[in-house]
Amino acid sequence: MPNASPRQPVPGTTMFDGEQARKGYALNKMCYSFNDAVNRRAFVENEDAYCAKYGLNPQQREAIRNRNVLQLIEAGGNAYYLAKFAGIFGLDMQDIGAQQTGMTKDEFKAKLQAAAR
Amino acid sequence: MAKIVGTITTSHVPAIGGAIAKGLQQDPYWKPFFDGFPPVREWLAKVKPDVVVLVYNDHGLNFFLDKMPTFAIGAAPEYHNADEGWGIPTVKPFRGDPELSWHLIEKLVAEEFDIVSCQEMVVDHAFTLPMALCWPDQNWPVRTVPVVVNTVQAPLPSAARCYKLGKALGRAIESWPRDERVVVMGTGGLSHQLDGERAGFINKEFDQKFMDSMISDPAWATKYSTVELVELSGTQGVELLNWVVARGTLPEKVRKQQVNYHIPISNTATGLMVLEPAA
Repeated sequence: MPNASPRQPVPGTTMFDGEQARKGYALNKMCYSFNDAVNRRAFVENEDAYCAKYGLNPQQREAIRNRNVLQLIEAGGNAYYLAKFAGIFGLDMQDIGAQQTGMTKDEFKAKLQAAAR
Repeated sequence: MAKIVGTITTSHVPAIGGAIAKGLQQDPYWKPFFDGFPPVREWLAKVKPDVVVLVYNDHGLNFFLDKMPTFAIGAAPEYHNADEGWGIPTVKPFRGDPELSWHLIEKLVAEEFDIVSCQEMVVDHAFTLPMALCWPDQNWPVRTVPVVVNTVQAPLPSAARCYKLGKALGRAIESWPRDERVVVMGTGGLSHQLDGERAGFINKEFDQKFMDSMISDPAWATKYSTVELVELSGTQGVELLNWVVARGTLPEKVRKQQVNYHIPISNTATGLMVLEPAA
């Protein structure tokens, strides 16, 4: 896990604070638009145009292109908004968790089950 | 005068909406979670609330990051649910109670809680799913007042502040001159983290201490800072702040009517408690 810093003291965790909120504003705004089915369709039909409309910076555009959650967080994405992006592809929270932790989905689910013990 | 007959605090994991839609209540994965609720419904049938004041956090349906109030209260005659992007079915609208909402807003602002009032508000899964778990036929027999706490964008209100808000909210409800029975709900948590390399974090030991504290030591969580709560309960585990607000509306001494805890539902350790004032 990445090391903690004074501003982000919990390892492997990006607290969504003012700095992240400013950095991720355009990205989160685009993801917020995915509450509407018509916008989800518009994204799928022309991803480049849709990202351009929301003014994503190159880092954000690349993270969206890669469907990479850790990169999206690094680019300022907030988990609740990124979930709306993931929803377009029918991904659930275990898919997202597995991707971020480098596990298979079954391994990630087993990790969750193990927390019950 | 109005009386708070008890609190219901529960997790609000979105996947619950999918399980309800698919009728999976008896499925082995879901059963330990859903089995917590029949006693809650029996309790509700007994206490017959007129109103539910529901404390929760919005997840980017009503509020975007352009305007993020720390505390907001709905003051609408009706609250609609809407598409949140990932496909759980929407539910029927909820009746509001604008007179009670404004009473609460006035009393809380008089007590120096600077509340954002919302005459239009859509309510997300954190509001609709706990209601659907309590009333599975979704014919809502109560009027509702949404109370929204920012657990999304730091700085969050501290647990100490949330507990004080709960106490003030309790006083505000019980100064409402109508003879009505009120249930306060608090939704979210318990420990879970959706994002980062630490995704999948769950802390059973902390959750159980927190649930015990809800019964016998209600100020316990107030000793923790937001960062400490993230460390102990995960980035979304901090939704327990909504439980802290709800608990604050009850007196020091309470009786437990129902407790359930189950790991995991989706990525979450789920908790459920029903508490009544002991006096």
